[in-house]
Amino acid sequence: MIDADVIPEIPRGVRVHRDTVRNLWVLLAPERVLPLDDTGQAILDRVDGTSSFGQIVTGLAEAYAAPRDQIAADASEFLTSLQARRVLDLKS
Amino acid sequence: MTVRVAPPIAMLAELTHRCPLSCPYCSNPVELSARDAELTTAEWTDVFTQAAALGVLQLHLSGGEPVARRDIVELVTAARQAGLYTNLITSGIGLSKRRLDELEAAGLDHIQLSLQGTDAAMADEIGGYKGGYNRKMQVADWIKELGFPLTLNFVMHRRNQHQLPRALEMAEEMGARRIEVATVQFHGWALKNTAALIPTREQAMEANQMVADARKRLSGRLVIDYVPADYHSEFPKRCMGGWGSSGLNVTPEGLVLPCHAAQTIPHLDFASVRETPLTEIWYESGAFNAYRGTDWLPEPCQSCERKTIDFGGCRCQAMALAGDPGVTDPVCTRSPHHAALTEMTAAMNADSDQPLVYRSAPPVHADKDVQDA
Ligand code: SF4
Ligand code: SF4
Repeated sequence: MIDADVIPEIPRGVRVHRDTVRNLWVLLAPERVLPLDDTGQAILDRVDGTSSFGQIVTGLAEAYAAPRDQIAADASEFLTSLQARRVLDLKS
Repeated sequence: MTVRVAPPIAMLAELTHRCPLSCPYCSNPVELSARDAELTTAEWTDVFTQAAALGVLQLHLSGGEPVARRDIVELVTAARQAGLYTNLITSGIGLSKRRLDELEAAGLDHIQLSLQGTDAAMADEIGGYKGGYNRKMQVADWIKELGFPLTLNFVMHRRNQHQLPRALEMAEEMGARRIEVATVQFHGWALKNTAALIPTREQAMEANQMVADARKRLSGRLVIDYVPADYHSEFPKRCMGGWGSSGLNVTPEGLVLPCHAAQTIPHLDFASVRETPLTEIWYESGAFNAYRGTDWLPEPCQSCERKTIDFGGCRCQAMALAGDPGVTDPVCTRSPHHAALTEMTAAMNADSDQPLVYRSAPPVHADKDVQDA
């Protein structure tokens, strides 16, 4: 699980993009196009390079009236998988 | 065909065939486009706009050497305005610090820097350009200074494979997040050098192992994309995502190809962006529909469980090795042509000290432009 005070950041060279032809959100990175589902998009929407993981989870839990633990687990898994692909930085 | 054709994701724009290097494994056609036949700035701008409307998300600016185009900054600006993720595929030769600053300001997303070898002796011998390595290293320093997102592209073959460990280190030193380790493919000019460049079976196994180990060791630090030596593989490499399924390629003079080697298939006719809208070419042209999907597949592919994984392999390789673009890729161990390929590869590996045949100079030599770019 990602620590609450870690700050996720989308690095330079990676962009969230609205694909108007396919009607979905995608993450554009070198040689990669990662389609985002609603959950992924909602999480990345809150990744601004200044909010901590804890703050992001709190925001999501409020917005979706969902249990914090569940949100934290899902968001952590999602962001960790992006980090492993080097399309997200986790700054501690 | 009953399957609905999906829009393309990526486009490779070969801006020019001019290039200061003369790599013996160049995959560009043997006949190069002349400079005065190249699409103009306005024509490329229109192509980028059409591509984005068609569904392309990623644009690769390539060549030859794309920075040999004097309008490279304008082209990047146009690509970004069209909404495309813009990647520059370059040898670095001809990039000045000022030009890099301009590309950054124009919104270039990413640079892919090719590496012919990890020291000047190897790199300059392979690239056929003395002093090229040192200039490339200077460019790599500037790229790092600017914080440009970078992928290093190491083209690997029997003569430089021992430098792979150093190439991985260099990628990290340069601040790259990604390295492509691409075993040389034999298309275009490269076919003249198959014997000199093809790795041995032992080398191919060793490379697979090195990459597997490095992936574990560097996980989360450096992403390694790997193209193995397919002549030594059990199954062919997947044809992009399948012919006409995810990508297209535009040549310097505006012909639209399903893949960059497609011109080696003699029966295909290619439409030009100068005459036909890109959407029509993608969905309706004969060349794009020729090998789309799986209906056209011959046996043994048609009844093979892997047919939606590799789509019968590479059409251009079937053409080059079996003389017929419609048969199973001879690299596949299930192909009736495979035994002949194995024999040929073994013979080549036994007699591999062949001299390299360098690319001859392009129609208008790029050196001058490149130096004052
Ligand atoms: S036909 Fe061959 S060279 Fe062309 S895209 Fe497919 S795999 Fe690549
Ligand atoms: S037989 Fe055809 S589909 Fe099956 S693995 Fe070989 S090339 Fe691929």
